[in-house]
Amino acid sequence: MVEGAEPVVQARGIVKIFGQHRALDGVDFEVRPGEVHALLGENGAGKSTLIKILTGAYQPDGGEVLLEGAPVRFSDPLDAQRHGIGTVYQEVNLLPNRSVAENLFLGHQPTRFGIVQRKVIEARARDLLAGYGLEIDVKAELGSYSVAVQQIVAIARAVELSGKVLVLDEPTASLDRNEVAKMFEVVGRLKARGLGIIFITHFLDQVFEIADRVTILRNGRLIGTKVLSEVTATDVVRMMLGKDLAFDHGGVGVAEAMQGPVRVEFKSLGRQGKVAPFSLALHEGEVVGVAGLLGSGRTEMARLMFGVDPADCGEISVGGRVVNIRNPAQAVAAGFGFCPEDRKLDGIFGDLSVRENIIIALQAKLGWFRALNRDEQIEIAGNYAEALDIRAANHEMPVKLLSGGNQQKVILARWLAIDPNFLILDEPTRGIDVGAHAEIVRTINRLREEGLALLVISSELDEVVAYSNRIVVMRDREMVAELSGADIAPSVIVAAIADNPGAKVTAEVGA
Amino acid sequence: MRRIDWRGALLRPQFMALAAVLGINWLLFPGFFDITLQDGRLFGSVIDVLNRGAPVAILAIGMTAVIATKGVDLSVGAVMAIAGAVAAVLVTGGSSAIVAVGAALLVGLLCGLWNGILVTYLEIQPIIATLVLMVAGRGLAQLVTEGSIVTFSDPVLIFIGTGSLFGMPMPIVIAAVLAIGATLIVRKTALGLLIEAVGVNRSAARFSGISSGLLLVVVYTFAGFCAATSGLIVAGDIRGADANNAGLWLELDAILAVVIGGTSLLGGRFSIPMSVVGALIIQAMNTGILISGFSPEFNLVVKSGVIILILVLQAPMTSQWLRKRMSEGKAQ
Amino acid sequence: MSIIKKLALAAGVSALLSSAAYADLSGKVIGFSQIGSESGWRAAETSVTKSEAEKLGIDLKFADAQQKQENQIKAIRGFIAQGVAAILVAPVVSTGWEEVLTEAKEANIPVILLDRGIDAPQDLYLTSVASDQVKEGHVAGDWLVKTVADKDCKIVELQGTVGSSPAINRKKGFEDALAGHANLSIIRSQTGDFTRAKGKEVMEGFLKAEDGGKGICAVYAHNDDMAVGAIQAIKDAGLKPGTDILVVSIDGVPDIFQAFVAGEANATVELTPNMAGPAFAALDAYLTAGTVPEKFIITESKLYTPADDAQGEYDRRKGLGY
Ligand SMILES: Nc1ncnc2c1ncn2[C@@H]1O[C@H](COP(=O)(O)OP(=O)(O)OP(=O)(O)O)[C@@H](O)[C@H]1O
Ligand SMILES: [Mg+2]
Repeated sequence: MVEGAEPVVQARGIVKIFGQHRALDGVDFEVRPGEVHALLGENGAGKSTLIKILTGAYQPDGGEVLLEGAPVRFSDPLDAQRHGIGTVYQEVNLLPNRSVAENLFLGHQPTRFGIVQRKVIEARARDLLAGYGLEIDVKAELGSYSVAVQQIVAIARAVELSGKVLVLDEPTASLDRNEVAKMFEVVGRLKARGLGIIFITHFLDQVFEIADRVTILRNGRLIGTKVLSEVTATDVVRMMLGKDLAFDHGGVGVAEAMQGPVRVEFKSLGRQGKVAPFSLALHEGEVVGVAGLLGSGRTEMARLMFGVDPADCGEISVGGRVVNIRNPAQAVAAGFGFCPEDRKLDGIFGDLSVRENIIIALQAKLGWFRALNRDEQIEIAGNYAEALDIRAANHEMPVKLLSGGNQQKVILARWLAIDPNFLILDEPTRGIDVGAHAEIVRTINRLREEGLALLVISSELDEVVAYSNRIVVMRDREMVAELSGADIAPSVIVAAIADNPGAKVTAEVGA
Repeated sequence: MRRIDWRGALLRPQFMALAAVLGINWLLFPGFFDITLQDGRLFGSVIDVLNRGAPVAILAIGMTAVIATKGVDLSVGAVMAIAGAVAAVLVTGGSSAIVAVGAALLVGLLCGLWNGILVTYLEIQPIIATLVLMVAGRGLAQLVTEGSIVTFSDPVLIFIGTGSLFGMPMPIVIAAVLAIGATLIVRKTALGLLIEAVGVNRSAARFSGISSGLLLVVVYTFAGFCAATSGLIVAGDIRGADANNAGLWLELDAILAVVIGGTSLLGGRFSIPMSVVGALIIQAMNTGILISGFSPEFNLVVKSGVIILILVLQAPMTSQWLRKRMSEGKAQ
Repeated sequence: MSIIKKLALAAGVSALLSSAAYADLSGKVIGFSQIGSESGWRAAETSVTKSEAEKLGIDLKFADAQQKQENQIKAIRGFIAQGVAAILVAPVVSTGWEEVLTEAKEANIPVILLDRGIDAPQDLYLTSVASDQVKEGHVAGDWLVKTVADKDCKIVELQGTVGSSPAINRKKGFEDALAGHANLSIIRSQTGDFTRAKGKEVMEGFLKAEDGGKGICAVYAHNDDMAVGAIQAIKDAGLKPGTDILVVSIDGVPDIFQAFVAGEANATVELTPNMAGPAFAALDAYLTAGTVPEKFIITESKLYTPADDAQGEYDRRKGLGY
């Protein structure tokens, strides 16, 4: 960072009001050239909103934005882009039915005599992605790749566009360690080139790894800006939450926890080309963690269990009785719930209210003619929103207006509302703040105590270890190991994942 | 239950537009609001608006549900022609009116089912899937009528198009019954919410355990039923099945009615009563043009002008702007 | 009614309509490219053409283009390849015919256009058989002028589809006939799109706007279908069509004769579906004696009123596929 250099972008006294709700209340913020500035805060603190104001997606209700010292008003993100500010928003905003290459260069395709040069674009796309260690078919539709790949494409696109400032709103939420490392390399290079970088995340360790300064928001207010070398993680957390967080890793003794009878059992379940047949029995009051690299078949396994992709061999039984699960509706009828990995695409009904989003699975389970009346809906939504501490101005607002982390909680609430007997969580803590993160872990533990069987897919080894009674490891679309007892430790898991010398990080096509 | 905000509802742009169009009609023709009772049947221009608006209103009821699922049904006009043709050919061939009406409605249901299957199980885009029947359907209707207008004198069929119940023309009665019935069904059962969910995000709907396939089939089938009902009314009205012209381009009016009613073509939130209001706006405009005495060359220009105006008034940008102006006004 | 029965009836009817027989066309193969069957009139034209051909012993090759020019061009090329003696075409559009008609000319096959003209050099076809649409309107107007004599008469007009040539021409002919008769005036004119349903709806509007129809003396419709719709509207308004309001229209479809029988319509100008009869006559003269026909053969625009054996006319037309 260039000490004392003039900020490249600066916000002064920003106010943003949504209806009655003050999402931002007099916030100051700045980034200097050559600086990585982390923006932290709980879900709903106003981070994304601040970013959207800085990049012209929203207009402030008060305060001003300065670019290199001069007041500016970006009419929209494109305008900001033209001024050298590239942004990766929290919700990937690309076109899933266009090719990867087209997405990378959309709007600024290299042309010759006005004709788009396909070959040139594709070659450049390949080079660009190679810089992130991604070797994929750039001619394929973006939507056919996993969230992680899409995220990298979005980052690569923004980096290409940013001449002065790069804004990354939770870019690492769906990346694995390798990809994060690659991304940090790129960030390091850009920083050296003198770009100002704004970085939003809920991973504190990442903040300490690459950021120079940190600004913390709470409930739309500025709590403070600190130089990271002068503070500790505990300080930061205290500033975010306004209190100390009891780091509750309740993991000790989990493995020995009492286990009930078998709740659900999958026998030689498999699907050609997706997942090799596997068998797994989950007991009442048991959490089974799923570990593995991206593309190892973790999500595919979950989709098979939930009937999203019907299995072509094997059988599923619930409480000892064989059930037929060929589609999610049947899975829900059997009492299964599934929080999918891609919240925006597969989870959230953006235009529907928070209330409707919470009761929708229960209503689907009840069928067309047993409608929950409005009062019942309000009560159910209210109960679960309270239980999971969902922060929304009210439950009638469209869920798309909630912060990312709160949307995630809404989906969890949706499944708790059906009183499930088996719940699959695919990356449940992605994009969730430290406070809520601990809360989700607590919720998982609580559900276990209530006798639920859970399958949790997570890239966070520490986290998986914290709440799992057993861990299954996936590799190359095959279940390769089942760990329990003392084996539930990050080192053992890593060894199991890496056991195959041929293992390398590949794209997760068709996830 | 939620209390309904009547004042807020009546201030919606659709009601204002309807009032404006009716007001202009009244200025053009002072007798516009006169209603008399003649031969036990209400008679007047306002009744004409309702009566002539009924076929499109009925189409719009089915179309609303389809559009709410992020689909569209281009075939309804052709299905009207088929239904009318089937009923007319059956009664002229000696079948009883009950059989003819039943067969026409059944054919409508089958047409809708066909669309639903193409959209759901063959995963053809709705606009293409229903285009098939839009083009082929009229040909089918012509096959049924052998290219001519099949005139009939069956009193029951004629009653459907021109009869009256308690002084109200039958088309109005049928449209009202369907609109109220459909609204109650979607709002009292979970269908309304599930349709909206499918329209907002079909993938999320699937993940939430909604059988979106079955739902879509039901919705398209219902649209086919509405189209057949509308086809019976139109045939009964002219006492004949005109395969070439019955329902021609009415699918576009129906889509327009739904859009004017505020349901987005992108699916999601929908309102059947507002779509019916949309249909009435369109018909009030048509009737106004008829009685205005303008030369017919202006019909389309006037119509498109008014529609653009309504849609602009309804656009989110306009309402934001208005709100801003109003709050600025207050602040000063 | 079954198709077979229809055809048999049609054959009988046309046997009555035209009596001359052209022995020299007998056994010849003639191609006929028809637009489609978009209206009852067109269906009647098809069946009359077929029966005319049958009567003359012509081997008629019929091709239905289903409203597409490319189908017509394909059919004509097919006829040329078969080496037919002549080709009849009812063209779906007026442009784009030069190439295929040149091919026919080079193959020495005469082409006759039925009921619609085209934009192409006149030497590419032998003749064009069509009605005179302006005259149709004129005949309708003349009838009305004569019928109301010197009484005042306010007329409402149901136009055809805006911008279509029959609508423009039938309007013009009617207005021409009214010129100089100040006691007749057109007070309202709207399009009814040539359909029954729109004809009824527009007439409803006219009746409301003109004080329940009290001021209206006559309705002039550009086709019979709209007139049939208007008749229903007049009845619904509690008036007697044909008596309280005169009804005059054009086409001569069966249903208007039925209205004659019921006393609900007053006059129609026939657009004959028999375009093939004059076409075959011209062709016969050309092939046998080398007589080059007129470039434009105009069919008769005959006026019918209830006095003309309405029931008989209805029965005769009913089987033609209208
Ligand atoms: N367009 C909007 N309309 C109404 N409320 C909104 C809108 N956008 C955001 N909000 C509200 O503003 C608050 C701040 O949201 P924001 O998305 O900035 O949070 P965040 O700090 O990014 O949280 P997360 O970490 O969960 O992404 C939330 O309470 C949210 O519900
Ligand atoms: Mg956010």
